[in-house]
Amino acid sequence: MPVIRFDNVSKVYPLPAGDVVALADVDLDIEEGEFILVMGPSGSGKSTLLNIMGSLDVPTSGEVTIAGRQISRMTDDELTLMRRDHIGFVFQQFNLIPLLSVVENVEYPLILKGKKSGARERVAEILQAVGITESHFTHKPGELSGGQQQRVAIARALANDPAFLLCDEPTGNLDTKTGTAIMDLIARMNREEGKTVVVVTHDPRMTEYADRTIQLVDGRVV
Amino acid sequence: MTFLDLARRNIGRHWLRSTLAVIGIVIGVIAIASMGILGNSIGLMFDDMITDVGDTVVVYPATGSGTTAFTERQVTDIERAAGANRVIPLASTFDTISVGEAKSAAMIYAIPAGDIQFLLDKEAGTYPRDTGSGCMIGSRLAANSKETGLKLGARVKIGDETLRVTGVLAERGMGFDINPDYALIVPYRWYSNHYDRDEYDMVIVKVRDVKDIESVREAIEGRMNRREEVVNVMDTKAVLESVFEAADSITIFLMGIGAISLIVAGVSILNVMMMSVTERIKEIGVLRSIGTRRSEVMRMFIYEALILGVVGAAIGGVLSFGTGYLMMAVLVGRPDYLYNIKSILYIVFGMTFGIITSAASGLYPAWKAAQLNPIQALRHE
Repeated sequence: MPVIRFDNVSKVYPLPAGDVVALADVDLDIEEGEFILVMGPSGSGKSTLLNIMGSLDVPTSGEVTIAGRQISRMTDDELTLMRRDHIGFVFQQFNLIPLLSVVENVEYPLILKGKKSGARERVAEILQAVGITESHFTHKPGELSGGQQQRVAIARALANDPAFLLCDEPTGNLDTKTGTAIMDLIARMNREEGKTVVVVTHDPRMTEYADRTIQLVDGRVV
Repeated sequence: MTFLDLARRNIGRHWLRSTLAVIGIVIGVIAIASMGILGNSIGLMFDDMITDVGDTVVVYPATGSGTTAFTERQVTDIERAAGANRVIPLASTFDTISVGEAKSAAMIYAIPAGDIQFLLDKEAGTYPRDTGSGCMIGSRLAANSKETGLKLGARVKIGDETLRVTGVLAERGMGFDINPDYALIVPYRWYSNHYDRDEYDMVIVKVRDVKDIESVREAIEGRMNRREEVVNVMDTKAVLESVFEAADSITIFLMGIGAISLIVAGVSILNVMMMSVTERIKEIGVLRSIGTRRSEVMRMFIYEALILGVVGAAIGGVLSFGTGYLMMAVLVGRPDYLYNIKSILYIVFGMTFGIITSAASGLYPAWKAAQLNPIQALRHE
């Protein structure tokens, strides 16, 4: 039983100049614990694919099943809770909350879920696992380097112990060395924690990490 | 760390902007509360007047009738109509008075000596006796006559007769019957002899129970105006009550002005909140993508507006107590009016109105933030 299944999925954005087909008849199965790379030129529909996997977006037609649930019939709140409880997002721009310290950023998903006791311990544990030292815990994101910010972002994605890590160009804003370290970290989470990982990237060097690479061109899997 | 905490931190991120928005609310609350207090004090002033002179029925000769003054007989008729209530007939004139070499003009009220104590309070000395040639002077007249020497014990000359000042009246303020503060009070008998007159210009009825005012008035009118219009009866309660209604309208009008300033403050909060939402579109996208529900985003922004409102209302409440006190002391001269429960309620009302305005101003921006599409918000730069 695949954990993510795309069944004849299309996504069409209606625009005044004409409809834009972002995804066309995509069939896809992702098994638990897989490390998948999604590659393709700009505008090939990579981000749309990732957004639908992350239940941020719903398909125009076809059916997507995530962790056994069909997302096309879900309300906005149900999609939000799906993101909160089952999915960890890692963005190219890190997207940490500037108002919150490192610890609070990672704690935030736990608080959304209503966890109070033991939250700080778990946060410290995760932060140490992604390689953030305790001296950085109370810093604001803006005081950290890009690589450190991405580590914190990964920690935040892992906070609610999600089944999937969805990463949108996680190394796009980092230099090669730092990018490699981040990819190593993501790969370790896949290997050691058994997280299912989907990474969207332009970088062909990433293929060595992946079990499988999906190539998208014009919204179609090739 | 909760949504409330996030809201608080975001306010701190733009403290100047937030302070300005809070100042708007503070001004609005002060405006509404102090205007309400001012209006309320005007009401309280009238209230005090009602209790002072609200038990009075004044009977005048009817204008346009043949009657210009009341005879002894007519006064007796009025006494019968008034039942057990005290009837005080009096006459008034305006004459030159001299103290030593100084001459001036003054209002003179002539009241039967035995009745003076039921109409006027004294501050010093004694009430004049019916047989003697004593008189009393009004408190303002006494205060204004320090140079001429018109004081307790002084001798006053009216025409060619000399009166001795036996007492000084307590200040009474403006009344609907007579204004004794600037006047000289003489026993009616002396007046009658001196001016060779035995008629009265008006009759004051002091009603024991304020509730009886209507019936006393009707009884006097019924008895005196049977055949033709002889008397006009004015009861001060009716007059004061219409003034009282006017005072209420003034309060509402003043508070309306205050409300406008609070609405302006609300618009400024709306503006601040819209800026806050627009600046944080990307942040909202992040929050939504990692699992924050719409209702939670909305809550965060409403909290933000509420914090501005509560802080503004709290500061405004404290300050309006101060402004209220100053206003009462300077404008009304009665700072104690501020401790009236209604005055305090106006402060509470102003604060509540301030908080509600702020929350209402935050609703639309909060709703707008909650409705953002997370994907588009994430892409926003």
